[in-house]
Amino acid sequence: MAVLHTEKIHICALKKNRKQILEELQRTGRIQIEADTDEDEIFRHMDTASASSAFEKRAANAEEALKILETYAPEKTGMLSALEGKKAISLKEYEKGVEIREQTLKDISALLAYRKNIGEARAARVRAESALESLSPWMSLDIPMNSTGTKTTAVFIGSLQGRWTEETLMPALAEVRPDLRAYSLEILGSDRDQTCIFAVTDKSSAPVLEDALRVSGFVRPSVSCSSIPAEYAEVLKAQAADAVEDERQAQEDIRALAERRPALRFAADYYRMRAEKYRVLGGILQSGHVFFINGFVPEGEGEKLKDRLERKYTCQVEIEAVSDDEEAPVLLRNNSFAEPTESVVEAFGLPKKGEIDPTAVMAFFYYFLFGLMLSDAGYGILMVILCFVAVKKFPDMEKGLQKMLRMFFFCGISTIFWGVMFGSYFGDVIPVVAETFFHREVTVPALWFAPLDDPMKLLMFSFLFGIIHLFVGLGAKGYMLARDHDWMGLFSGVICWYALLVGLILLLLPSDMFASMAGVVIVLPSWVGAAAKWVSIVSAVCIVVLSESGTKNIAARLALGAYDLYGVSGWLSDVLSYSRLLALGLATGVIGTVINTMGSMLGGSVIGFILFWVIFIVGHILNMAINLLGAYVHTNRLQFVEFFGKFYEGGGRPFRPFSAESNKYFKFKEEE
Amino acid sequence: MDNAGLILALAGAVSAALFAGIGSAYGVGLAGRAGAGAITENPDLFSKVLILQLLPGTQGIYGLLVAFVTLSQIGLLGGGAAELTAGQGLMYLLSCLPIAVVGLISAIYQGQTSVAAIGVVTKKPDQFGKAMLFPAMVETYAILALLISILAVFSL
Repeated sequence: MAVLHTEKIHICALKKNRKQILEELQRTGRIQIEADTDEDEIFRHMDTASASSAFEKRAANAEEALKILETYAPEKTGMLSALEGKKAISLKEYEKGVEIREQTLKDISALLAYRKNIGEARAARVRAESALESLSPWMSLDIPMNSTGTKTTAVFIGSLQGRWTEETLMPALAEVRPDLRAYSLEILGSDRDQTCIFAVTDKSSAPVLEDALRVSGFVRPSVSCSSIPAEYAEVLKAQAADAVEDERQAQEDIRALAERRPALRFAADYYRMRAEKYRVLGGILQSGHVFFINGFVPEGEGEKLKDRLERKYTCQVEIEAVSDDEEAPVLLRNNSFAEPTESVVEAFGLPKKGEIDPTAVMAFFYYFLFGLMLSDAGYGILMVILCFVAVKKFPDMEKGLQKMLRMFFFCGISTIFWGVMFGSYFGDVIPVVAETFFHREVTVPALWFAPLDDPMKLLMFSFLFGIIHLFVGLGAKGYMLARDHDWMGLFSGVICWYALLVGLILLLLPSDMFASMAGVVIVLPSWVGAAAKWVSIVSAVCIVVLSESGTKNIAARLALGAYDLYGVSGWLSDVLSYSRLLALGLATGVIGTVINTMGSMLGGSVIGFILFWVIFIVGHILNMAINLLGAYVHTNRLQFVEFFGKFYEGGGRPFRPFSAESNKYFKFKEEE
Repeated sequence: MDNAGLILALAGAVSAALFAGIGSAYGVGLAGRAGAGAITENPDLFSKVLILQLLPGTQGIYGLLVAFVTLSQIGLLGGGAAELTAGQGLMYLLSCLPIAVVGLISAIYQGQTSVAAIGVVTKKPDQFGKAMLFPAMVETYAILALLISILAVFSL
């Protein structure tokens, strides 16, 4: 159990080294820089907001460019690529990426421009095609569409609403204007909504014809051009083809840049890092020539950092212990067995000042309880293999994900253990297969006992495991009180409780109630019963009298003490809560059995054999998934509510170093 | 009716699967709708949201579990139904009631709590561990009901 505390570090250096120092700190990622607030005449903040947001914009552009590449030149990725994690690069590779950043920026703007070109080309194509479509009824017209006539004739080109033919239109026009005489009418084409016509007459009759047409709903065409429709259609077709070609060209250009993907990724992260650097820079105080950095480093790393910085640059570094009233950020350090469950502790809250890191105590119980809830050796073996292979195959995997997989690896081992204890291998698949396909009676003996045969026994053991778990939690509280020399608290808050609870349990064990529940009669020597009674009474009195010894008023103190004693009901509900160990364990086993039973329903034929394995695979994947989820959630709950409730509050400040952690694509190789 | 006992016991088994299943379907559906909304905002949250959506789904499984245990106890699985008196059948029915009723109601409330937890995760994805705990609290009562149902059915 180790909380790795932090110590304060102050760096004062010359501004000419600012860039190198900040970049080095960011690369190594082991210092949390605190923003200083008190400006004065000489030391001021630099306004870096605009620089920071400019870099963010570049990072966003790089991401946008990557998205364009993904659309037009998708990268082939394996199904497991999410496990790969960030690429580790050396300082040399980093510097090379920085050198070519101008070229990369050009590529980014080129990609953004190509996307714009594609958009424009698509719009042009749509425009040309829709113009072509509205032109189609006019195709039989052999004069320019905007003709109005010659010296002596007037021409009307346009459309009427509805469907007309010469036989219907000419009488209709005559009806409107009986004086309409010499004119020639041609129907060019028609569709459901409109009829396109061409009419010609001599100049003098033009107004009459126009009037007659207008009354019938004549309108000039929406597409207008100075050429013959057939010719114009050719132009439009060429335009559409050009647009298609433009789009193809732009896509090809994009694909040609696909090989630049790594550089783009580098740029996205590089500018993200720079934006972060400028954000931090805005928080530190600077004068004309020097700047100050205040922050925290993990204990023991300060001296090394001091040596390194003072050797390389002109600067002054001071290390200082954190004062008692200050809440310094903390990080956790544990051995490889406990480390994976750190994320569980982090999810609840890091230890605050004066608290111990519960990870190491918790880890064993976490694996133990998880395995008890899942309790199937088959599922355990699958978990162990999958987690092991994934962690080995992807060494650069994201830290958090890797921890999680390692946690499930240990949980899997525990699951195998409990599966063997309870004789559960994919439910009861071995006896079922033997019976259905080989007509042989096979029993898989449980190493301990099968929970389905004696659920009460497992319930009693669940409570026992719960009591041990809770007692360990109480012990952790005792450890903290003893460490702080709070002997009164240790006596009334921990020792008296142990005495009271053990006394109550000893009183309960020989009772008829317990015997009827557990089916076991426990006979204790009579002096044990008497001793248990007195121990309980004395410790209860001690809790009432002593637990609120800080309160002056006697009546209030006793009332509060009595309330503390009431906490014994909390212990009862805490212990009962461990009944979920039985319930979830049974759920896995029984549903596994249901799946196997369903699978074997068609009997030992070939079809039955195939169907059995289909149902087996689908059913057990589902069962495993849902019970993994259940075991995970409820193990967390037992840890968070029941176990942590006894001694741990959390609420410490996490150590968030100034680093390249927010990078998406690369990380720095650990330096020697 | 000469097999009233069997009918009553079957009614118990069926109601365990039926009501707990209805509750879970409702709860998972409710949380699923909230989850779909959360995904439109931030697709990266998918796995977290999915876990929260699934939490109210367990009641249906508990119901199934009790139904299955009851069916195998009264011999309806694997042929040869047991001879039950009406009293024995009623005892099976009553044993199944905790998970049927508590399963139904707790799954609905757990679904609503999951919706709230999905809201937490949408705004603060790093608080997933805490958000998950709230729906898990509701589940406790379904587990307790499951326990009583199972113990009762086993001891009959």
